Amino acid sequence: MPELRLLALYPEQMNIYADRGNVIFLRERCRWRGIGFSYAAAGPGEGFDPEAHDLIYIGGGQDRDQLMVAEDMRRTKRDAIAAALADGASLLAVCGGYQLLGSRYQLGERRIEGLGLANLETVREEGERLIGNVSIEVDLGSGPRVLAGFENHGGRTYLGSGAEPLGRVLHGFGNNGKDGYEGILRGNLIGTYLHGPLLPKNAWLADELIARGVEHSSGTRPDLEPLDDALEEAAHAGAEDAARRG
Amino acid sequence: MTASRSRAFGAKVMGARAVGSISRRSGRGGGTTLPGRLLLRTAPDAIGRLSSRLTGERAVISATNGKTTTAGMIAAELRAAGREPVHNRAGSNMAWGVATALLEQRGSEALLEVDEAWLPQVAAELEPTLLILGNLFRDQLDRYGELERLADEWAELIAASPASMGLVLNADDPLVADLGRDEELQTRPGTTYFGIEDTARALPELQHAFDAKHCRRCGSPYRYERAFVGHLGHYTCPNCGADRPTPDVRATAIELRGIEGTTFRAETPAGDLQVEIPLPGLYNVYNALTAIAAGLRLGVGLEQIGSGLRSVRAVFGRVETIPVDGTDVSILLVKNPAGANEVLRTLALEAERSQQPLELWMALNDRIADGRDVSWVWDADFELLAAAAGHVTCSGTRASEMALRLKYAGFPTDRIEIIEGIEASFDAAVDRAGARLFALPTYTALIELRTLIARRGLASEFWR
Repeated sequence: MPELRLLALYPEQMNIYADRGNVIFLRERCRWRGIGFSYAAAGPGEGFDPEAHDLIYIGGGQDRDQLMVAEDMRRTKRDAIAAALADGASLLAVCGGYQLLGSRYQLGERRIEGLGLANLETVREEGERLIGNVSIEVDLGSGPRVLAGFENHGGRTYLGSGAEPLGRVLHGFGNNGKDGYEGILRGNLIGTYLHGPLLPKNAWLADELIARGVEHSSGTRPDLEPLDDALEEAAHAGAEDAARRG
Repeated sequence: MTASRSRAFGAKVMGARAVGSISRRSGRGGGTTLPGRLLLRTAPDAIGRLSSRLTGERAVISATNGKTTTAGMIAAELRAAGREPVHNRAGSNMAWGVATALLEQRGSEALLEVDEAWLPQVAAELEPTLLILGNLFRDQLDRYGELERLADEWAELIAASPASMGLVLNADDPLVADLGRDEELQTRPGTTYFGIEDTARALPELQHAFDAKHCRRCGSPYRYERAFVGHLGHYTCPNCGADRPTPDVRATAIELRGIEGTTFRAETPAGDLQVEIPLPGLYNVYNALTAIAAGLRLGVGLEQIGSGLRSVRAVFGRVETIPVDGTDVSILLVKNPAGANEVLRTLALEAERSQQPLELWMALNDRIADGRDVSWVWDADFELLAAAAGHVTCSGTRASEMALRLKYAGFPTDRIEIIEGIEASFDAAVDRAGARLFALPTYTALIELRTLIARRGLASEFWR
């Protein structure tokens, strides 16, 4: 039976914007299609087997939790994440988890060391937090699609030279509110500020991650059975409208 | 000079009052904020100046959940003792709502609920004699920011307040309880703690929306023996000893009677009290405990506290039941995961008692006062109602996100209907419902619903 093996990193700490919505969404869509779904979690101090998972997820947390997680993740999980990515697993990093992928997060005088897995850095600058509905145009290889969601971040993220953003901002702020780009994309690594339950609002991305995960576990990319997505499409349209309204 | 300045202030006050009465007569907006808003624009220090005439108590209450209900309970206790405080009873709890109440009501003492984020600023001007803090839950992160930062701001406010200010704090919420202790864990004089002792009422497991995992003081994980509502419960910090304080006012022998109400025994320093409230759920036990502790601190006798609590009616949109075209519509505000979970648990209990499928109307708005970020619906445990629900009509500016959440919580899609407009969807839900409909709106959807119901003459306007 085809399967998707999901690993959530720090689900107890990095869950501030209802990140578990993504897990529920993936689980149910696999179930309806007869795709096996397994869920594992790796918390503080815990390592994991890089070959045992097809999709790794990390969400956003409060400042204090994020600080602890940054340190712990460098120590106990960085190498396993890098090995899993090299092995073809996918990584979806959202909000605070996205920031931690980079080389550093500078908070005034204070510098949080990141994982150094993505060519980016984040700086807390003067000015308001970047908060609001957001939509971006993304191309994961099958033509342009829209991702819609909500962002809420004090840090401004800058990609290093040659790094590819996840998408172009249609409405909202994106990485830093200046350069018009959002997130990062490198092979199977996706980082984004669209936080919390972004997959329910963007079923196409959830299905792309399921397809990639099943391909990783079975060796063959599946043709996913279409589902009745009337409500999913309505929620996507609702999120896009909200971003358009500002 | 002083006289002319105070004459100028008096003129501004009169102008603002006049605007309030015009706004109310026009029947729009309720006028619970406009006069205060106007006055604060021309006199930013108006709250301090208006409150200087108060010679009695200035009780200020804040919390994420239960402010309006609890303030209503305290007002009922005071009323039972023959006292009529200035009170922002419609729940307008930002600076302009507080200013409006002070502007329009006479009275020598005040009972004011204040928004969590506004509390430091408003309290600095009001100089409370008693500060009542109920709980902190994740709520509208786009507006309030992180909980720990909010708790730090409250701690600074308490540190800057005179020692004569009394405190009423929830022992079961570690973020709130710790505000009553100094660096050596000594309790600040004049602090009353309240908490639930009935261990049979604990949740079977900790909930997804759990907001206080780490000690405010030392950052170590709290050890929870049990939780009652969200992260409210019995906890210890194994590292620094910032454990749950022993409550002075305690609830035991709690009996939940579904939507009909709740009874429990309150043990207090003034004696025991059998409490009966016409409101459901453990969260209302917390609200009542807060009100009992506050009432005692405000000098109300135990008997008057008891009769005050019995007389409490559901406040605006907090378990109000209104007949609409032959259907009893019970309105329950939902606005954040912790509060929504309590409503969902109450309704699940109600379905079990009545053996009837629940007909539901849910309205999810994403306006500023609701929180523009609707992510939170994925943190609330709608799964609790999947088996008990009949039809659900989803409404509001983000109706489709609500419907999607229900689908993934296990509600059958052929019983989920989306009608965005509040009025059309509400009428459709009432038509379909039969004897009873449960309406679960977010804050601005509640205002819309209440205005609609009042316009049809089915209930008085919310500002009355």
